[in-house]
Amino acid sequence: MTYIAKPRVDHPGLTRNALGMTRRDYEGALSTLCAGCGHDSVTAAIVRACWEMALPPHRVVKLSGIGCSSKTPAYFLSQSHGINTVHGRMPSVATGAAAANRQLTFMGISGDGDSLSIGLGQFCHAMRRNVRMLYIIENNGVYGLTKGQFSASADIGSKAKKGEINMQPPIDPVLTALTAGATFVARSFSGDKEQLVPLIKAGLSHDGFALIDVLSPCVTFNDHEDSTKSYAFSRQFYHPAVHTDFVAPAEEIRARYDEGASMELELHDGSHLALRKVEPEYDPTDRDGAFVKIHERIQAGEWLTGLLYVETGREEMHGLNNTVHDPLATLPFSALCPGAETLDRTLARYR
Amino acid sequence: MPRQATPERVNDFTLKLANVNGTGSASANGLLMKSFFRMGIPVAGKNYFPSNIQGLPTWYEIRVSREGHRARSGRIDLMVAMNAQTYSQDLLELAPGGYLLYDSTWPRPHVLSRDDITVLGVPFAQMCNEHFEGARTRILMKNMVYVGSLAALLDIDMAVIERLAQDNFGKRPGLVEANMKAIRMGWDYAKENFQCPLPLRVSPMQATEGMIMIDGNTAAGLGCVYAGATVGAWYPITPSTSLMDAYRSFCARFRADPESRERRYCVIQAEDEMAAIGMVLGASWAGARAFTPTSGPGISLMSEFIGYGYFTEIPAVIFDVQRVGPSTGLPTRTQQGDITLAAYASHGDTRHPVLFPSDPTECFDMAVQAFDLAERLQTPVFVLSDLDIGMNDWMCRAPRWDDAYTPDRGKVLSAVELERIEKFRRYADDDGDGIPWRSLPGTHPKGAYFTRGSGHNEAAGYTEDAGEYERLMQRLARKFATAASLVPAAVMHQAGRKTRLGLISIGSCDDAVSEARGRLSAEGIHSNYMRIRAFPFGPEVQAFLDNHEQLFVIEQNRDGQLRTLLINECDIDGRRLESIRHFDGLPMAAAPLVSAIRERLRKGAAA
Ligand SMILES: Cc1ncc(C[n+]2csc(CCOP(=O)(O)OP(=O)(O)O)c2C)c(N)n1
Ligand code: SF4
Ligand SMILES: [Mg+2]
Repeated sequence: MTYIAKPRVDHPGLTRNALGMTRRDYEGALSTLCAGCGHDSVTAAIVRACWEMALPPHRVVKLSGIGCSSKTPAYFLSQSHGINTVHGRMPSVATGAAAANRQLTFMGISGDGDSLSIGLGQFCHAMRRNVRMLYIIENNGVYGLTKGQFSASADIGSKAKKGEINMQPPIDPVLTALTAGATFVARSFSGDKEQLVPLIKAGLSHDGFALIDVLSPCVTFNDHEDSTKSYAFSRQFYHPAVHTDFVAPAEEIRARYDEGASMELELHDGSHLALRKVEPEYDPTDRDGAFVKIHERIQAGEWLTGLLYVETGREEMHGLNNTVHDPLATLPFSALCPGAETLDRTLARYR
Repeated sequence: MPRQATPERVNDFTLKLANVNGTGSASANGLLMKSFFRMGIPVAGKNYFPSNIQGLPTWYEIRVSREGHRARSGRIDLMVAMNAQTYSQDLLELAPGGYLLYDSTWPRPHVLSRDDITVLGVPFAQMCNEHFEGARTRILMKNMVYVGSLAALLDIDMAVIERLAQDNFGKRPGLVEANMKAIRMGWDYAKENFQCPLPLRVSPMQATEGMIMIDGNTAAGLGCVYAGATVGAWYPITPSTSLMDAYRSFCARFRADPESRERRYCVIQAEDEMAAIGMVLGASWAGARAFTPTSGPGISLMSEFIGYGYFTEIPAVIFDVQRVGPSTGLPTRTQQGDITLAAYASHGDTRHPVLFPSDPTECFDMAVQAFDLAERLQTPVFVLSDLDIGMNDWMCRAPRWDDAYTPDRGKVLSAVELERIEKFRRYADDDGDGIPWRSLPGTHPKGAYFTRGSGHNEAAGYTEDAGEYERLMQRLARKFATAASLVPAAVMHQAGRKTRLGLISIGSCDDAVSEARGRLSAEGIHSNYMRIRAFPFGPEVQAFLDNHEQLFVIEQNRDGQLRTLLINECDIDGRRLESIRHFDGLPMAAAPLVSAIRERLRKGAAA
């Protein structure tokens, strides 16, 4: 498909955020995905979240791998730098970019093929390093862009459009993330913006690696009967465990929550998360407990959704490295080069 | 017993030490080599070690050369045989008239099976058992005892040795004493039992002024610090590992805040080489100077990303410290087997600037140049070193630094410039040199663009348009032509008289080629010599090809990769390029080169 510029007509009525920007300012090029593709809904949720948070777009970096899902960064935040890397290797590029400039906000978009097959290693290691970034997997159980082969997240018994039945066990990104040490693990559904938008905001504010696995149906190759990643199946077997309300730093918490069924978390930038538990005994700060519950429900054929695990105390990559606060990319040369005299002194040891 | 009388050889011989790895011989051998160097005598050391941590044979060769030759000599005059496993092999390697020093704690009558050498036995193990406690100490001290015996036999200045022991072990005073005790034991034994010094001996010179002894990886790591590199990503692989070790330890010294210990650098041990190069590209894209050291297998893994960096125009500096391939090959031996791999790494039409250092001084200088080139040209740049340069200690000119140097960050638009321009076109050739302007994330909303490995137009938009693709590829070719004018030119050595013979070589072959040229010209065979220092080739390379009737390309691989590159990139009939190849994994020596050239010339003349 060729590149089509989107007509930009700003309606005077469009509401402006704290930066005086409308939602349009957070959009991107026209999507070239199939009509009804779940990924487009995720794009819309990202636009809304960034606009509501009033993020300065040029301080955001968008990254992706390869796939239909990985195309989407072109469809939002046109005033942000974006980079479409190679298949399965976005996490390493994100890690390097975050190493160079710790002051920016990093948002990675990937697919289940991109993250769980070719990119499984990089996905796990970025979590292990606790790179500060939001990482969204748009999970449809297939390789959309190469026309519908099973991906590693396809469930046992799931039927491909051409009739083949998958018999290999799936790799679940949420369980994988819990094992690899991720500090923010969520699951959502592209069709549930009310859940997804606050999760995106929370993930963008998290001081570490934030994973959101978004069930995002592929209408063209995996939305038929007997598919376990279809719209119908997702809606039916989808169970919010924890509702998340995101409260920006300057705002006050207005809603009232019932004692016991809710908990509040402060993030490093001063924002708050108010977590309302739908499942009373679910504890999103207990890694092992979360793992067991999520696993049990998967066995029963259900998706627990919401912010399933969060840990705010752990150091992100730069904390572990004890890197200076200013971006490495912009340090003056004088702060980096030890100079001629030091060189002579250093080399004297080699005489 | 009939023995040839050995002629006096002062400051001109090679000694080889045969050891078992993991027994601490490296520090003794290093000390020995440094003692020659501190006496002002040119010296070269080569370490032949196995891919193993403990128990396998390892050799260290030290060439003392008053003429300053740093290549292998190709003959062994004195063998220190400390490894019973390799004893017979070591014995065979010794040149007629040579000396063999061995541990006579276990006498070996078959030693006498060669009557054209002199055997010197010192009961090293027995002496250590008598004077030192503890198994490990005894093993370690044995090495120092042979250093002492060699000092007496070769007439090494004991004051120099003592100072070196101070420098090496000074932080732990007990160690200096113990080591000196062992050294003196060896010295005394040799003095009492042998005619010291041997005809093979050293005598102080003043030929090492301004020189240091350093390995290429340390020099390259230091170069990265001086170039202002802030992000290093790597996956461990011999022989490149010590480059990152050096960068990291220099950074800990120079780039950590004295109080807070906050670091002005970030080293990331990646999960594999694909991740390492991904991190480098990510960091460079975001505006840091970033690099990765690796070896051949790592380059193979990085190839997809290298092509991506070429096509999306992201700077990157890749050090390939070459070892013997293919596959795991001989991981601890040297070769120049990645020349064509580096030049054309990745799928599609790709080509990359490559720098070829010939010694540690150039590793330092070229590390700095590589970052300037990568950012100026916005493309991955290789520094192709090898195990010989990277891991051996070389006597070389101390790198110099000019405080007036400012890094060439290339064409990067500032926030002010972005504010001023109407529309940013990331991939437009505004200046006609094929190099577009770039913007860094976080600078200004007008600088935003989308980097993609798929087809893109001048404004960085997606395109599959045939014409736009062709124009992009042609611009990249133009950019590569610009690169040819920026990379270091070939070094030319003239015969000083008219000759039709031209030698062409590269990297660590340099010392062997230079020595061979000297010897050949003493025989009346005069040659001009061009050492190629970079790809793409500058116009001087074509001129050299044009100006010589007889051309030899000398390199360290089986297939003549430099020759292939010359044929591919220059206007030359391949039949005019004779190939001399050395690829057994050991550094090149001059002698075989001399005979190969002499032989080919004779055949050529006869034909
Ligand atoms: C090295 C490499 N191998 C294979 C491909 C082909 N390829 C492109 S996208 C893709 C799968 C993408 O699947 P997923 O990440 O789930 O994205 P989706 O299209 O489903 O959103 C594959 C195999 C490629 N681009 N690069
Ligand atoms: S093929 Fe599937 S994943 Fe790709 S755009 Fe179409 S619906 Fe979306
Ligand atoms: Mg998919």
